[in-house]
Amino acid sequence: FTKRKLDDAALEELEELLITADLGPTTAAKVTAELARTRFGKEVTAEEVKGFLAAEIAKTISPIAQPLVIDPARKPHVILLVGVNGTGKTTTIGKLARQFRAEGKSVMLAAGDTFRAAAVSQLKIWGERTGCEVIARDTGADAAGLAFDAVERARAQGVDVLLIDTAGRLQNKAGLMDELRKIVRVIKKVDESAPHTTLLTLDATTGQNAHSQVEIFRDMVNVNGLILTKLDGSARGGVLVALAEKFKLPVHAIGVGEGVYDLRPFDADAFAKSLMGLNAD
Amino acid sequence: MFEGLTGRLGDIFDKLRRRGALTEEDVSMALREVRVALLEADVALPVVKQFVTQVKERAVGVEVLRSVSPGQQVIKIVHDNLVEMLGQGVDINLNAAPPVPILMVGLQGSGKTTSTAKIALRLKTKDRKKVLMASLDVRRPAAQEQLKVLGEQVGVATLPIVPGQDPVTIAKRAMETGRLEGYDVVMLDTAGRLSIDEELMAEVAAVRDATSPVETLLVADAMTGQDAVTVATNFNDKVGITGIMLTRVDGDARGGAALSMRQITGKPIKLLGVGEKIDALEPFHPDRVAGRILGM
Ligand SMILES: Nc1nc2c(ncn2[C@@H]2O[C@H](COP(=O)(O)OP(=O)(O)OP(=O)(O)O)[C@@H](O)[C@H]2O)c(=O)[nH]1
Ligand SMILES: Nc1nc2c(ncn2[C@@H]2O[C@H](COP(=O)(O)OP(=O)(O)OP(=O)(O)O)[C@@H](O)[C@H]2O)c(=O)[nH]1
Ligand SMILES: [K+]
Ligand SMILES: [Mg+2]
Ligand SMILES: [Mg+2]
Repeated sequence: FTKRKLDDAALEELEELLITADLGPTTAAKVTAELARTRFGKEVTAEEVKGFLAAEIAKTISPIAQPLVIDPARKPHVILLVGVNGTGKTTTIGKLARQFRAEGKSVMLAAGDTFRAAAVSQLKIWGERTGCEVIARDTGADAAGLAFDAVERARAQGVDVLLIDTAGRLQNKAGLMDELRKIVRVIKKVDESAPHTTLLTLDATTGQNAHSQVEIFRDMVNVNGLILTKLDGSARGGVLVALAEKFKLPVHAIGVGEGVYDLRPFDADAFAKSLMGLNAD
Repeated sequence: MFEGLTGRLGDIFDKLRRRGALTEEDVSMALREVRVALLEADVALPVVKQFVTQVKERAVGVEVLRSVSPGQQVIKIVHDNLVEMLGQGVDINLNAAPPVPILMVGLQGSGKTTSTAKIALRLKTKDRKKVLMASLDVRRPAAQEQLKVLGEQVGVATLPIVPGQDPVTIAKRAMETGRLEGYDVVMLDTAGRLSIDEELMAEVAAVRDATSPVETLLVADAMTGQDAVTVATNFNDKVGITGIMLTRVDGDARGGAALSMRQITGKPIKLLGVGEKIDALEPFHPDRVAGRILGM
């Protein structure tokens, strides 16, 4: 690689690379300014400077790379999946169920999306694929009531993990967000400490609206973990960098496909490298 | 964080209460804010650059009207240019011998199946068309059942499900049923796919070749970020789209992807999805979308 002076033009190119990875204009400018402060005017190769930026970004996000830990004292450890429509909640439940089953845990699924056409059938298929019992009612039934039943059943059976699906909803819909709060309230009637984990699925294709998604879902239902889905696509999910600084919510895993095995731990270094267009090693 | 353009420019121009023509300096300063506002609204970077250059050419030298501030004058130029770039709303094209095939394509979870049912309902009630819907999605669990249930909800026929058939076979069967049973329109819902997935992009191209759709709509989420460039480019190059349907416009995303995809493909935005319910479908109005992108 040829060395080149890190001048304004080179910095602008880097800033643009970050913008096209969805870091957003403010974060992209901040990250580039930090680089300019330490390296401006130096002779560097493109690889070096990208590597440096990747390392800086990795530093920001490594505190949020945390695996999802199941509390063995809870039977069940209740996990509620929430998020915007189509972001991957139901599929992620299938992937998590497989993972927990592989770890030798007993897992139950609850078809809390009683709204969308065939959402119940979709989860039932994931139940079959992963060998998990699925608690379900007909479409149109009360989701909170279903969740209540599921927690009671899981508790009675001493199940290790209960994964509860919910209907997708946009965070700006007050009525739908109230319904989600109701689901949480009703779960608490069975177990005050539940849900132990409330996971928000974020679609890597999403741009700056992810800020609003995380903020509102967190405020409404105490989201305490994120899963970034669809990272197998061309989108790089750079909005996560700003989210990491602002909300500090752990990212437990990433989705890299539609299959049952397509869930990976969130690796801060690999993620940062991919943002910079560098191959992870 | 997401301050609208009015607020951003207002602050700058309040300090600068000069009159006369907009100078190059005024415009450059304003356009820095415009650039940030557009990027925060998820307009793709190459489109932002093109837009800013265009506005600059138009704005320098423009007389500031007596009744407005220089900031408002710039905003007007930006807004008008944005409306122009977004283009007019265009109706679904049914200009062909029935049954008219309409192909729905897009990324996973973008809203294809729901939008298929929405469009079918609209064609049925508004245009009095006899519509058949077919799901070619043999991958997502319960995808075909989802479309069937939606069909029952809105009173639109769906192609009987035959397990084990591949998408091209289902598509041909749908067209054949459409011909034999006198349908006006056949809506083909496809599985979600990544635009960089060569194999699946080839599969949908094969469906296109087998059915010669009159409309191929790219169904895309209004919350899409910079990836809109890759998605729009690939679907347009590899499948050939005739229009865009933007979904989840009922959300609070600024929706800059609309401008990106329109600009990159040159294809019109045809319809907006504005809710989960099957009647939540609206025509596209460029001025509304422009106002939203600018945060006004
Ligand atoms: N490529 C890819 N596709 C994914 C991933 N996760 C989910 N999907 C696909 O995205 C689509 C939507 O996934 P779902 O799991 O149904 O999403 P959801 O959030 O439950 O959707 P709603 O319940 O309708 O709100 C499906 O086609 C999935 O196969 C992923 O990590 N990568
Ligand atoms: N709020 C809102 N939700 C929508 C809109 N369009 C679709 N949805 C929801 O988005 C989710 C995904 O919709 P689908 O129609 O299943 O998406 P798809 O593109 O067919 O998904 P795949 O087949 O898995 O690729 C569902 O929860 C729909 O209810 C819309 O305009 N607004
Ligand atoms: K990716
Ligand atoms: Mg779901
Ligand atoms: Mg579908």
